[in-house]
Amino acid sequence: MSRRLGYDGVVLASPVTIPYERFSTRGAHWFLGRAMRALVETSGLDKAAIDGLCATSFSLAPDTAIGVTEHLGLSPRWLDYVPLGGASGMIALRRAARAVQTGDAEIVACVAADTNQTDSFRRSTAAFSQFAQDAVYPYGSGGPNASFALLTDHYMRTFGARPEDFGKVCVAQRRNSLDFPHALFRSELTLEQYLNSPLIADPIRLYDCVMPCAGAEAFLVMREETARTQGLPHVYLLGAIERHNAFADDPIQERGGWAADRDDLFAQAGIGPGEIDFLQAYDDYPVIIFLQLEDLGFCGKGEARAFVQDNDLTNAGSFPVNTSGGQLSVGQAGAAGGYLGLVEAIRQLSGQAVGGVVPDARYGLVSGFGMINYDRGLSTGAAVLAA
Amino acid sequence: MNAPADSTLAGLVADLACGRVEVVDLTHTLSPDFPQIVLPPEFGQCAPFRIEEISRYDERGASWYWNNFSCGEHTGTHFDAPIHWVSGRNLPNNTTDTVPVENFVGPVCVIDCVAETEADDDFLLTVDFVKRWEAEHGTIPPRAWVLMRTDWSKRGDPAAFQNYDEVGQHSPGPDPDCVRFLVDERDITGFGTETIGTDAGQAAHLKPPYPAHFYLHAANRYGLQCLRNLDQLPATGAVLICPPLKIRKGSGSPLRVLALVPRPEVTDA
Amino acid sequence: MSMSDHGPSPKRRNPVLPPRRPTLPPVARTRHALGLSAAAAIGEFALQECRECGAVQYPPREACRSCLSDMLTWRPDNGAGTLLASTVVRRPYELYFREHAPWPTGLVRLDCGVSVVAFLHRACPEAEGRVRVRAYLDRAGRAVLVALPEQEVPDMSEDPLLKAFGNAPKGRNVLVTDGRSDLGQAMALAALKAGAETVWVGVSDPWKAPPGFKALEETPGITVLSLDVTEGQSVETLAGQIGGKVDILINTAEFHRTHSALSRRGVETARAEMDVNYFGLLRLGQAFGPAMCSRAAEKPKNAVAWVNVLSVFALANYPQQGTFSASKAAALSLAQCLRAEFRSSGLRVLNVFPGPVDEDWNQLELPPKLAPAKLASAIVRALEDGIEDLYPDPIARDWHERWRADPKVLEMELTA
Repeated sequence: MSRRLGYDGVVLASPVTIPYERFSTRGAHWFLGRAMRALVETSGLDKAAIDGLCATSFSLAPDTAIGVTEHLGLSPRWLDYVPLGGASGMIALRRAARAVQTGDAEIVACVAADTNQTDSFRRSTAAFSQFAQDAVYPYGSGGPNASFALLTDHYMRTFGARPEDFGKVCVAQRRNSLDFPHALFRSELTLEQYLNSPLIADPIRLYDCVMPCAGAEAFLVMREETARTQGLPHVYLLGAIERHNAFADDPIQERGGWAADRDDLFAQAGIGPGEIDFLQAYDDYPVIIFLQLEDLGFCGKGEARAFVQDNDLTNAGSFPVNTSGGQLSVGQAGAAGGYLGLVEAIRQLSGQAVGGVVPDARYGLVSGFGMINYDRGLSTGAAVLAA
Repeated sequence: MNAPADSTLAGLVADLACGRVEVVDLTHTLSPDFPQIVLPPEFGQCAPFRIEEISRYDERGASWYWNNFSCGEHTGTHFDAPIHWVSGRNLPNNTTDTVPVENFVGPVCVIDCVAETEADDDFLLTVDFVKRWEAEHGTIPPRAWVLMRTDWSKRGDPAAFQNYDEVGQHSPGPDPDCVRFLVDERDITGFGTETIGTDAGQAAHLKPPYPAHFYLHAANRYGLQCLRNLDQLPATGAVLICPPLKIRKGSGSPLRVLALVPRPEVTDA
Repeated sequence: MSMSDHGPSPKRRNPVLPPRRPTLPPVARTRHALGLSAAAAIGEFALQECRECGAVQYPPREACRSCLSDMLTWRPDNGAGTLLASTVVRRPYELYFREHAPWPTGLVRLDCGVSVVAFLHRACPEAEGRVRVRAYLDRAGRAVLVALPEQEVPDMSEDPLLKAFGNAPKGRNVLVTDGRSDLGQAMALAALKAGAETVWVGVSDPWKAPPGFKALEETPGITVLSLDVTEGQSVETLAGQIGGKVDILINTAEFHRTHSALSRRGVETARAEMDVNYFGLLRLGQAFGPAMCSRAAEKPKNAVAWVNVLSVFALANYPQQGTFSASKAAALSLAQCLRAEFRSSGLRVLNVFPGPVDEDWNQLELPPKLAPAKLASAIVRALEDGIEDLYPDPIARDWHERWRADPKVLEMELTA
């Protein structure tokens, strides 16, 4: 494979979050509008200066990104729609970066927003995909809890991970969220509480599950000189990967697409795993964090359990993971959950953290994972960002 | 205008009004559960009486109630026209719409066979039996209806009414000579029974088979079956009224059979 | 007698509690996935296979995931596989699953190389153990896969899943609509033998004293009631008597003559066939259907199934029995309508398509002929397995096979 072009000169700026709510009477368009308004206000840019839009939402139907342009009075010359769940942030970033790099757009707004109404999670779960409708949902309608329970069960049997190993991650992330103003959960979680929480779909416990909610995350992608002209704090994109439907012949998922592309990622970034100061891992369930630790090269296959036990994952610790608390503590605002770690990484590396700070962070790795279409997550992505 | 006829009918009306002439209903209620003639399965079957609601003050018709009914011509209390049998197939005026209407009203003789039927389900009415009856009640007049009273109609249980066993039905009826005697010697208008046919249950084994049907209809005479209330009729002296439905080329029809019965004991009020 | 003798029986519903309204598992499936349900409807487990490259795939697709061919077909699979992972779904999203939680489910790697999500029979081994996967129809009449232990275990059918998917007569009230025929009598006895709590048998024209009926009438557990499906008032009267208690209705009422269109002058016989075989079903459906639907979720006993004894001649006209075939085709069409109308309650329709049954009207049919008692026990098994269409004998299966392959060719074969 030929060496890919780098992302030289492309920066990320203006990290914004529209505060999460458990349930909302607003629609996805409202959250998208609030996010665009926040981007305009924090950047000082004219709305018309934002000439690229990449939108992500699961609750926008029957609209897609094009409906958003008219709804919000935008006239971009570059438009994309990336409804890829937990991988949306990584994919949107890669698309936007290339658009800016080639001059197809000057400034791209990447926005992910979802609303959450009392029955919307059941409805979106029932109709998530054809395969889910045909071959998963009729089996107890456990949704993602049931699907990840199977992956977790298999992982535990195969690699000897124990509930307390997953619990350690959940407890550390909750510690990280205590200072994060947007987190829905801001009280301490003990390992005992974690282990005593009720089983939802064995071995998945209540505290392994994210809380569906409403909210939005957004950021801008532009050239470095644009950011400097505007006086915007920004971070650099050193490398990024994505992969879909990797390892389709594995009987059950025990590795993600990162394993196929991580060498490419680090080669493009020009650094190795050891230089990473924090990891924003996709954390819809703790077992997926374990896969990312292994498949992104922080430890060998099956060694995540030991890695977790050997490290302090809090912001002050030896290997900070999910510095805002991750979705497990902040909540999962639909597809915005795929932006949460990315927006938090921009804040950490550009001196704009609103919660706990990772001291002297220089390099951050952000990872995304999404779309359990049938029995496994299909989309993976990762990016290395630098201060 | 004919004065005597006029006064006869006026007298009848007066007698009806004061009860000196009683109207007796000889008809069973038409209902789906009334026993129906059943032939061996290789034969065509007479459809039983069926009734289906069209509407009953409901969404199908808010203010009215009515039904569709269906049945074979030979259902319930019914009339047999000569064309019903092959022996009467080519006779004139042999169908329900062409039978001369005067035949639907006439004197009626009731032959009591109750005791004999009680003793023998397969009782056959014979010429001798009829002659013994005539010795007591007088000769059957020409153009009379003759009814065979057996009280079979009092068998309310369909199984008892049908009275089947493995060789078929067991019920009373006339023997061949008796039918010929009534037709040839007494010139009757028709013959009626309380059972499901004018013939006995086992009449398929007589010679000819089903003699009542064969001889009556061969002579352009009529049949009535599934009659009831014959115990309310005198042996002689009553008048029978039995017009079938005017079905074009009909072989028979369910009908209302009435009898006018003199009640001499009733005096003017 | 003390009050406790009158105390609540676990077999009876507390009459002051609100009735349980039926809920259903999700019914939506894509068109190409319905092949799995169609196979399950006849008791088969089938997987999608590429006719070009032979690749097997699951979930069903519109193209081969290997060679991208669209020439996909369904082939039976023995379901042998290895359980890779298991879970117990304790907090489902759908009401139906919530009401019946928990649901043991797992991921099974079939030996043919696909991974399937499946419910787990309680006797399944732990992960990495061997299982066999079968397809069942759920209460919505859609296929779901169930992993069973590789070998039969005692009380296999007592598993809550299999009980939920099946419609077993055991402990239920069964109405056999016509007990005059050999099949009706065999059916009543088979239901009794299968553990039915009550077996009602309808009879019209009892004075005909059909052979064997007397013995049936005297069998303990069997109650004979008057029912003539050609007579609306009779059907309504019986529904008024027992309609609120029938859990399984098995319609054995049949008028069978062996005429072609031209061999019998007039329509009286054909009308009688239609009156029993088609209108009889319609009358029963209208009189018994709504009450059964309303009791489909009742506890402890619920209405579960409606059985129509049709004929394989319903699929294609058998000219030697032409008008009978037509009446059975009409009944099949109506049975499909009833199935659709019962769907939302969970009340299931089992259509039975026997080949020639060994009875008097099939005297001239050559063997093999299906013995009524065999047909009756096949119906009981089909109820227990929860299937939707039963082809109970070799001739029926042969016809069905040909009909599935090409109905036009079957018609041509029959008119040769």
